[in-house]
Amino acid sequence: MFRLSTTPIHCDDLKNDLSVLTIGAVVTFEGIVRNHNDGRKVLALEYEAYEELAVQEAAKVIAEARQQFDIMDAHCAHRIGKLTIGDVAVWVGVSAAHRDSAFKACRYIIDEIKKRLPIWKKEYYTNGDSGWVNCQQTILHS
Amino acid sequence: MNATKKIHIRYYALLREQRGCSDETIQTDAQTPLELYTYLRQQHRFSLDANLLKVSLNNSFESWNSPLKNNDTVVFIPPVAGG
Repeated sequence: MFRLSTTPIHCDDLKNDLSVLTIGAVVTFEGIVRNHNDGRKVLALEYEAYEELAVQEAAKVIAEARQQFDIMDAHCAHRIGKLTIGDVAVWVGVSAAHRDSAFKACRYIIDEIKKRLPIWKKEYYTNGDSGWVNCQQTILHS
Repeated sequence: MNATKKIHIRYYALLREQRGCSDETIQTDAQTPLELYTYLRQQHRFSLDANLLKVSLNNSFESWNSPLKNNDTVVFIPPVAGG
């Protein structure tokens, strides 16, 4: 299950939604908005998503994780809209009979979600500047 | 042969800001998303080169050289930064 959320992510609620009847392990990951990036002080940020494709692609990622690893369940949520420092931007939870596959699947899901989902992040800096992450940098470094 | 077709375009993130709108519908002779982006980039001075983007046709990732059909919806996908 994957969802995009315009409201705060409640990690405990999401964790409780994982199937828990026969599991021995739950691994969760929380991505938190931090107050700096690439040497710049960040005040806030904004996520924008191409929602239809993001939801489809996330479903593929979760299906791949279920195929590759021996897990029971996997959920993911990603915020869109304006976020402030300390907000949960992304949450991944995996349940499994054993910890090894739970850790591996959780890592796989967050890595693929960051690489593949059409979601963009605009950072607002303390000096008044703002910029789309990876877009400006790509130009500067090319 | 007049191959003009109607194409719906949606813009996100940096491209949305550089275009000044979220979506538009245009008539075009472009045969592929690459031809279309090349034209639009020139028109609107998009900063991102096509080789930095991905493209979606009708909510599916496709190749830059896929044939464009009448009424297709095209999204040019800037470098992503989720998570």
